[in-house]
Formats: sequence, structure tokens, C-alpha cells
Amino acid sequence: MIKFLFDRDTWQEIYSSIRKNKLRTGITIIGVMWGIFLLVVLLGAARGVGNKFDTIFGDFATNSVFIWGQQTSMPFKGFQEGKQLRLKRADVGKIEAEIKGIEYILPRNITNSLVVNETKTLTTGVFGDYPLLDLLQKKHMVFGRFINENDIVYKKKVCVIENETYKQLFDKGVNPLGTYLTINEVSYQIVGLYKNQMRMGGPQGGIHIPFTTFQQVYNQADNIGWLMVTASEGFDIRQMEEDIKLMLRNIHSVHPEDERAFGSFNMGDQISKVTGFLTGMQFLTWFVGIATLIAGVFAIGNILLITVKERTNEIGIRRALGAKPAEIRRQIILESIFLTTIAGTLGIIFGGLVLMLINAAVGQGDEATLVNPTVDIPVILIAFATLVVLGTLIGLIPAQRAVSIRPIEALREE
Amino acid sequence: MIEIKNLHKSYPMGKESLHVLKGLNLKIEEGEFVSIMGSSGSGKSTLLNIVGLLDVHDEGDYILNGELIENLNEKKAAVLRNKFLGFVFQSFNLINYKTALENVSLPLYYAGVGRKERQETAMEYLEKVGLGAWANHLPSELSGGQKQRVAIARALVTQPKVILADEPTGALDSTTTDSVMDLLKEINNEGMTVFVITHEEEVAEQSKRIVRLKDGVIISDEKVNQKVKA
Ligand SMILES: Nc1ncnc2c1ncn2[C@@H]1O[C@H](COP(=O)(O)OP(=O)(O)O)[C@@H](O)[C@H]1O
Ligand SMILES: [Mg+2]
Repeated sequence: MIKFLFDRDTWQEIYSSIRKNKLRTGITIIGVMWGIFLLVVLLGAARGVGNKFDTIFGDFATNSVFIWGQQTSMPFKGFQEGKQLRLKRADVGKIEAEIKGIEYILPRNITNSLVVNETKTLTTGVFGDYPLLDLLQKKHMVFGRFINENDIVYKKKVCVIENETYKQLFDKGVNPLGTYLTINEVSYQIVGLYKNQMRMGGPQGGIHIPFTTFQQVYNQADNIGWLMVTASEGFDIRQMEEDIKLMLRNIHSVHPEDERAFGSFNMGDQISKVTGFLTGMQFLTWFVGIATLIAGVFAIGNILLITVKERTNEIGIRRALGAKPAEIRRQIILESIFLTTIAGTLGIIFGGLVLMLINAAVGQGDEATLVNPTVDIPVILIAFATLVVLGTLIGLIPAQRAVSIRPIEALREE
Repeated sequence: MIEIKNLHKSYPMGKESLHVLKGLNLKIEEGEFVSIMGSSGSGKSTLLNIVGLLDVHDEGDYILNGELIENLNEKKAAVLRNKFLGFVFQSFNLINYKTALENVSLPLYYAGVGRKERQETAMEYLEKVGLGAWANHLPSELSGGQKQRVAIARALVTQPKVILADEPTGALDSTTTDSVMDLLKEINNEGMTVFVITHEEEVAEQSKRIVRLKDGVIISDEKVNQKVKA
């Protein structure tokens, strides 16, 4: 068999038979090539989209929930319904002490304020934040730093601004670091500028000032806008969401079944919807790719069958001259393996090139729709091997036909 | 060399069957030049195909080169054809995309002969049939007589025991017929057993022995007086 593979005559036979049937060879190669090309491109693109979502989600603590106070919807302990609820600084400690599996708990505040920079003004959200926010929602700093412990302790009049806000308040190219913004008549020094990958997970953008500064300037006393809570590994964030809300109803003297008293938003829920969609997309990709591949392989088998029918007389001659059935069979099988291999290789090469083009076109920078659209080599090798194995099996059908008839019948056919 | 005893062959035709060979007995010694005569449909080709191991008989014995042919699988048959038998067909049966030289060397390829030796031997036989200069021509570039010479060279190249020719001159005009018959006679004079089918008297008369077939039975079997023709 090895000798057969390296025999010049073997390849000359294959070459002449392929050359004799240019059109069919071409159609076959295109069929299989298209299949593996689609598989590579679809898998690569799906991977690219997945990677993109990963980089976005990578900035967020995905097992997190936001909780805020609303109005009661049931009367309780002498209170009428419709009582306005506000979370308090003290709630944080109580929740932390009571609820198990909390990784982080972060109070935040927000108010809309008029922001002035020389002649430019803008009304935007101003947040009171702790440094911890940078951990839960990664802030990609372009210049400077995020709020730090020092700012909190000394209630500093500093602020960190988001890129979109910056664009509306400054001329292009102006370095904002060290300059001052007037927010509701109070002056803050800019210590950092960051860029958001994507606006999601609660109100974002705008301007961040130290939480303690916010409390003081806006006279918030112990009020908290909302709480952001993340669960430790292995704890169910949805259960935690329910537990915290139940506890808050207790603390704030709200009817235990008053579902509307406290609002919440679960990030994990939202993200699992997206990842579910991604998984579906990947599955579809595989399905389409494999179906196309199989169709290509069947096309090869069909074409070989036609070839063999046309070559029956020739096969009869060869058998009269002493060709053993095994020799005829392996010739035809090798022909099909050769075709599938060539076509598969071309498909992989073209698929790779297209992925490179896609990457160059839409895969660069922060605005990229795809990140690193690639296909694993083992995946390709498996697809390739499957293709060749199927090609062999399919090649067996015409090969078997070619040797199953008696040589005299083959010779009689013209 | 070839011995046939009480050979029967039928072709199934739907529910019926067509009894073509009805108990033939024939013995051909080494070095003979035998021609089978008979009208069309008398079973000549059927007999030759069985002798050539391209088809199987139903009943009786066939002994080739001292070996009883029975329960032959296709692999063994292929080896025997390659080793002992050389075929010449009415329609030449050359492979149309191979040159004369490649066609002639093909049996050697299946005999497992190395490439270089194959080429040399094939060239030798092409020269023997007078077509050395046409080695690199495709069959489509050759005349009928030339094609049949290539086919004869191909039949000879493995140095078989018998040349089997089914109406080798059937597609040729009279001049080329003579040259092809001269070639077969020459081969026979060198000691090769030649077994020819024909329905032309002039062709048969150039052999050394004529066997006449009619309706599946041998009706005569006689030596030819070659001096008459000469
Ligand atoms: N494969 C076959 N199936 C059925 N009938 C056949 C087959 N081959 C030959 N025959 C019939 O057998 C008879 C003898 O055929 P053949 O040996 O070719 O005769 P010849 O060569 O003398 O003309 C003919 O009637 C022919 O039609
Ligand atoms: Mg005939």
C-alpha cells in the first residue's frame, strides 16, 4: 500500500483521470471547498462575536444584582400604601452581616446636575461612588485615575468623567486633567477620564465624584440611590436577590409580600439570555457547516459514480490485462481522497483568508463588532479528517460497482 | 496447453435460458495456431471469453496450463490472465488517453514490473510490431491497423502462454488484415500459441487448424494444408 502511494504511476493515473474530467473535477472541488470554507468562516465569525461579548462582559461582574427603593404597594403596620422608600447607609452593614455569600456590596448615588466648563454646559448624571466600582464595572482609564480611598476619607472635590461627557464639555484634543468643572455651582478638579466599552448594567457615563462628597454636597445624609451586590463563587445570585429584598422589607417595615416596594435588576439573567443566544448561534453554525460538508462529500461520491460508469469499458480492459479488484478499488478510492483533500485544503485556506479580511475590516479597535475571529486547529483537523473519511467511504461505492461486474460485461459496455 | 471437456454455457434470458455452448471438447497444444470459425451467434466469443477467464462456464472442465479452473476468484483470475493470456479484440480496446507505449506497458504495471524495465520492454515490443516511431502517439492518432498492432504488442508484452484474438481483423480492410495476420503468423512461428476467432475463410485459412462451431457444437476440426495458400 505504501509503495502504491509513492508510485509515480498511481499519481499519473489519478492525474490523467482528473484531467480527463475537468468540469466534474471542478464542480466536486468547489462543492467540498464551499462546505469547509463555510464551516471555517461561520465558526470563526461566531467565535469572534462570542469573544466580543466576552470582552464586554469581562468588564462587568456578571453575577450581580442592583437593588433600589420604590413605593410600597400594600399598607403595613399602620403605614398607608404608597410610602416612598429609600435605602440607607445602615442597610449595607445589616445585609452584609445577615446574608451569606456576598462578595461585594456597593452603595451608589446619582442625581442630575448642571455641569459647566467655561462656556459649555451640560445636564448629566452625577454619581457618588466608591473606588470599588472600578472593580465591578471596569473603567478603562484614558487619563489619570479613578476615585480612591483618599478622596472618600477627605471628601475631596474631585471628579472622574466619561469620554462621551468629556466630548460634550471640551474641545477636541484638550487635556482635561487638572482642570475644573462646575457642577451645581460647586467646583471639582478632574482627576481621570475613562472610556466605556458598552453602556449597560445600570445608569452609566456622566461624572463620578466621591460617595462621601456626594452625601455632603447634595445633603443626602444616609440615603443611598441603589445597591450593587455581587455573589461569591457558588452562590445563587437570584436567591440572594430575593433574600436581600425580603430583609429590606423587614428593616423598612414593609409588608413581607410587598414585591413592589424594592426594585431590582439581575445582570446574570440578562447575560445568560445573550450567552444562550450565542450558544444557539454556534450550534446553528455547526449544523450548517456540517450539512454543507456532507452535501459536498455526496457530490463527490455521485460524480465518482458517473465517472466509474463512463470508465466501465476502461476498467474492463484493465481487468483483462490483469488488474486485481483491489488495484482498481484503491485507485478509485485514492482519487476521491485526493479530491477531498485538495478541496478541503483550499477551503481552509480561503476560509482563513476571509477571516483575516473580516478581522482587518471590522475586528479592530474598541468599536470592533468581532474580536479575534479564529477557529481551533483541532476543530479544523477533525472536520478535515471527517471529510477525508467520508470521501473514502463514498469512494467505496463506485469502486465496489467497478469491480463487482464481470470483466466481460465491463468490456461489452461502450 | 488448453483442454476443454464437455463444456456448457447458458445465458439466463428472463425465466428462460439460452443454451449457447452445448458440450464442447477441445484440446490445444503449445505452439498451435487455431482458428474458430462459425456464423454470427454460434458461440465463438462465448467460448473465447471462457478460455480467457473473462467469463465462467456452467458445466464441464477447463484446464489451463495443467490447472483445473474452478471456483476461481477474481483476484486469482486477474493474476492468471496477466501471466498466461494475451488479448486482442476486434475493437482494439486501447485506453484512449494513454500513448501507444503506455498502453503496451500497462500489463507489465499490473505484473509488478518496475517503471524503467516496463518502458524498455514495452518499447521492444512496439518495435517488434513496427511501431517504434509511434510510441508517443495517442490511439486517436493511429490507423486501425496500427491500433491492432499496438494491441498485439500489448498482448505479447508479458510473454503469455496463449494469445486470444476475437475477430482481430473484423474492423480492418483487406490489406491491413493481411499485415495483422502476417504478424500473428510470425508470433506463432516463434512458438506462441495463437487462438483466433473469425468468420472469414481467408483469415482462418492462414492458421494451422480450423475448428468449426455451429449452434454451440463443434462440427469439424481439421488441420489446414498451409502449402495451398503459399
Ligand atoms: N451476456 C449475454 N447475455 C445473453 N446472451 C448473450 C450474452 N452474450 C452472448 N449472448 C448470446 O449468445 C449467443 C452467442 O453469442 P457469441 O458467443 O457472442 O457469438 P459469436 O461470437 O459467435 O457471434 C448469441 O445468441 C448471443 O446473443
Ligand atoms: Mg463474437
